Amino acid sequence: MGKPTIFETVKESQAWKSIFRHGAPSANARNRVLVVLMNVFLHLHPIRMKKSGVRMSFTWCMGGITFFLFLVETITGVLLMFYYRPTAEYAYYDIIALREHVPIGIMREIHRWGAHSMVISVWLHMFRVFLTGSYKPPREFNWGIGVVLLVLTLLLSFTGYLLPWDQLAIWAITVGSNMARATPFVGNEGPGAALLNSLLGFEAINAGSDARFALLAGRLVGEATLLRFYVLHCIFIPLVASVLMAVHFWRVRKDGGISGPL
Amino acid sequence: MPAPSFPEAPEGISRRSFITWLSVGWLGFGAAMGAGLTAVGRLFFPNVTFEPPQQFKAGFPAEYAVGKVDERFKKKYGVWLVRNERGIYALSTVCTHLGCTPNWLDAEQKFKCPCHGSGFYSTGINFEGPAPRPLERYKIGLSEDGQVSVDKMAKFKYEMGQWNDPNSFLELV
Repeated sequence: MGKPTIFETVKESQAWKSIFRHGAPSANARNRVLVVLMNVFLHLHPIRMKKSGVRMSFTWCMGGITFFLFLVETITGVLLMFYYRPTAEYAYYDIIALREHVPIGIMREIHRWGAHSMVISVWLHMFRVFLTGSYKPPREFNWGIGVVLLVLTLLLSFTGYLLPWDQLAIWAITVGSNMARATPFVGNEGPGAALLNSLLGFEAINAGSDARFALLAGRLVGEATLLRFYVLHCIFIPLVASVLMAVHFWRVRKDGGISGPL
Repeated sequence: MPAPSFPEAPEGISRRSFITWLSVGWLGFGAAMGAGLTAVGRLFFPNVTFEPPQQFKAGFPAEYAVGKVDERFKKKYGVWLVRNERGIYALSTVCTHLGCTPNWLDAEQKFKCPCHGSGFYSTGINFEGPAPRPLERYKIGLSEDGQVSVDKMAKFKYEMGQWNDPNSFLELV
């Protein structure tokens, strides 16, 4: 035995061993399993998977691409938050500044195109799962989770639409949020609202107390709406989507791995 | 074979009272959570909104010329006041298609929505484009000081036969 190399010294050190308890994957199958299981990032992957799981012609990799785009949106979104102020006075000018004055002026473009791509890829993912029958038992529950994630993706798109605070944004949200008026029971023009009001004996559901009001923080799209949509867009919906994504990926594995040709 | 012996229940707490207190505890916890979540839900309905009031005074009837659409209150309150030979009515500026704001085109004597091209006569009746029903009218009357008063909390829809309601039209003979 000669003098230990610098790599051997580092790999024998307490610090290295405390981080990588099981060293590098070796020929020993148990060691390979442990290396993956003990690492928080690697354990998200299955220890082994079917060969068909990486067959792109079957999966189209659309779920993976959607997750990748979610990560792109998270990173570019956080970068945009360093400059954007969600107020009627500044919002529009901050969007202009992000293009004209801030370095990497395409950051908002990346965020926007990423958002469009994510909506497309999540639909294609659903389409693929439907075509391959991958929603069938035992994967019914995960299909349900996926439908909720689809809705959350669309809501992220919708709430982000208002933030540039231009005419397109304001009117798109005005038109879109009018749907909330027709929510059963809790929308002031929805089925059941009149019945509810007559049962209660006073006008409990009106334009100032219904679902649309809760969404817009007012009867019209205004500054309070901008702040509300900003918080929903940047904090609330991504948080809920992250939790559901964890459940979604977990169930992919627990329900028998990525589905493959029978 | 001796019968198996079970440990004695501790003094002072019977199975019945344990379950009772467990139920009381869970019910209390559930009620507290329900009340807390209700309070959080209430958070989304602010007590004050920074919007123009729903009721406003719109000047004296003599200020209105017969056959004219008055646009003074469009931007702030979202209302057109129209004077015809019989009186004044207050039209909502919300297009009945998807909720955009139409423009009054005086030369063509019609309201035209820029979003999808719906057109309305000065009465509010729809005649072109995708709008499925006429513009809504708001409650209108005279206040004590003789000014025209408009109340947006009350709406009158033509298709429901509500334009016959005396509150939907300010008669000036």
